[in-house]
Amino acid sequence: MSAKPATVNAMQAINLALHDAMKEDDSVIVFGEDLADPEGGGVLGVTKGLSSTFGDSRVRSTPISEQAIIGAGIGAALGGLRPVTEIMLMNFAAVAMDMITNHAAKLRFMSGGQTHVPMTIRTMTGAGAGNGGQHSDYLEAWFAHTAGIKVVTYSSPAEAYGLLLSAIFDEDPVIFIENLTTYFVTGPAPTRGALIPLGKANVLRRGTDISLISYGFMVNHAWAAAVELEKEGVSAEVIDLRTVAPYDAETILDSVGRTGRVVIVHEAVRNFGVGAEIAAEIAEALHGRLKSAPRRVGGSFNAVPFSKPLETSHMPNPARILAAARSALGR
Amino acid sequence: MASDNQPDTSVLLEIYRRAALIKKNDEKIIAAARSGKMNLIYYSPRGQEIIPSALSVHLSDDDYVCTIYRGIHDQLAKGVPSKSIWAEYAGRVTGSCKGKGGPMHITYPAKGVMVTTGVVGSSMPIANGLALAAQIQGVQRIAVANFGDGASNIGAFLESLNLASVWQLPVIFVCQNNLYAEHSSFRKFTAGGSVAQRAEGLGMPGVTVDGNDAVAMWRVAREAVARARAGEGPTLIEAMTFRFQGHLLGDDASYIPAEQLRAAVEKDPVLALRSHLIAHHQVRELTLTGIEAAIEREVEEAQAFALSSKWPTPDELLTDVWAAPGPVKTHLSTSAPT
Repeated sequence: MSAKPATVNAMQAINLALHDAMKEDDSVIVFGEDLADPEGGGVLGVTKGLSSTFGDSRVRSTPISEQAIIGAGIGAALGGLRPVTEIMLMNFAAVAMDMITNHAAKLRFMSGGQTHVPMTIRTMTGAGAGNGGQHSDYLEAWFAHTAGIKVVTYSSPAEAYGLLLSAIFDEDPVIFIENLTTYFVTGPAPTRGALIPLGKANVLRRGTDISLISYGFMVNHAWAAAVELEKEGVSAEVIDLRTVAPYDAETILDSVGRTGRVVIVHEAVRNFGVGAEIAAEIAEALHGRLKSAPRRVGGSFNAVPFSKPLETSHMPNPARILAAARSALGR
Repeated sequence: MASDNQPDTSVLLEIYRRAALIKKNDEKIIAAARSGKMNLIYYSPRGQEIIPSALSVHLSDDDYVCTIYRGIHDQLAKGVPSKSIWAEYAGRVTGSCKGKGGPMHITYPAKGVMVTTGVVGSSMPIANGLALAAQIQGVQRIAVANFGDGASNIGAFLESLNLASVWQLPVIFVCQNNLYAEHSSFRKFTAGGSVAQRAEGLGMPGVTVDGNDAVAMWRVAREAVARARAGEGPTLIEAMTFRFQGHLLGDDASYIPAEQLRAAVEKDPVLALRSHLIAHHQVRELTLTGIEAAIEREVEEAQAFALSSKWPTPDELLTDVWAAPGPVKTHLSTSAPT
């Protein structure tokens, strides 16, 4: 990889962030299934080259043992390291939920602040590639519902780089969600060594009539909807949460306080999702100042289907975001 | 110095001191709970005192221990002060975890007690990570994972032992087999009839030992500790023992045959070690009563300290949930363009 290519895809950006973190700090270690070079540097090659560069002590492939992977990450963090563990696909986090939610998230509190778990869990997911019901889910709400764990995701390669660095050097456990289809999307290269702070949303586009709030790949759909709305004479603000939990309520309430209308968009199923929490927070804080009820756009409430037309209609898209926005605008 | 196969008298006396401290704490905690002085959920380790006492004399404060809800014996043996445990049990702000963890989550890093879990089997995956940290850092620390026989049937057992073997981690898996998993008999619910035998399929030595025999337990633990420190990998120890109480305080243990329980109590391992010291090591009764009097004082003081300590205030609810805001610990730039 050259020092600074003009553009990178998200896989390269993530690889670069891991590389730069490991180079910066000897306590950063990386392990998960198939991720060292003898096993291919990851099933898609995201971690290629790391074990050759940093050695097979700090970069390790593991057996297919999600509880053992996350447990080892927790213990290594308690022992003074900054582990970056990988759960190959987000659905497989279900196998390790005891370690993640009962232990990683709670040890700081239950120990009265004596211990903490500065571990990053990288995990990949996303519908759209025909991987069906157990390889595609967005499960961020499960983790967002547990105090003590942060949930972070990105909408561009450069953000993947800066946010992953912040996750690695954060003092709390962080679930870092990567998206399968965006792995191959290119964008401007990140500024090497520059962290993007956690807990702060990014206002991608200023607007006055409606706020479109999203995170992850769906930010790009929200952006596309905003461009369409502009043609209709509507000024839409687009906010990328970046950190899903704990989210940046200040930026959200400031935005919706100005626009009076909001659509919250995520790929995860709409029911009991992050959008419900944010909509409720907006309603509680801004009731009386809202010009219409908050709208939510999410995946339909079913397992992610395989068949292409079913999968396509399961997922949110710009047209559905537009429809929700028009409804909020009374059009 | 100890001979090759015998701990010397001073080591056995120290094992006895630790075991007697556990026994006394247990008796006073049960009395405090039954009299209404303290309201707590409590899992008595009575009957299992020798296992961590004989193991922990081979460990330093730097060595790590992960244990489970029935873990006060492991914590006391490793050196956690009685008063920190009592105050935590009482839910007071002076407790080891400011009262926020409670009996099932005692944590005391200064003595290496890093995790006490309320989930069966969950001590093992985390102990691996502590051992991994020591291995990568190139330090001599080792990690001990305590668990019960019931945990040998949960997935974390297989995942953890396999990974520990694959990575040759400096970890010791100590199965304290008290023959009951909650209310269920080991014989009825554990196929193969042996936890230690499972080690063979997982690439590590598996040793069955009478965990109530201080000398035997000391020997087996010494070998496992030496292996771990030498970088020779993990060991699974199945320490046979028996639980004198029900699964938790208030459980009448009606599922344990009375005869089996009576026989175990008659062979009280703490009293057996006491008699052994007098009969075979020429230890004077006066020496033992001196140790016991000091323990009595320590536990009385711990109880008084706990019950006179302040309760945590409600602001503690929202502290220690996340890291306090502060600078990120890296030399990389934290002022990224958006």
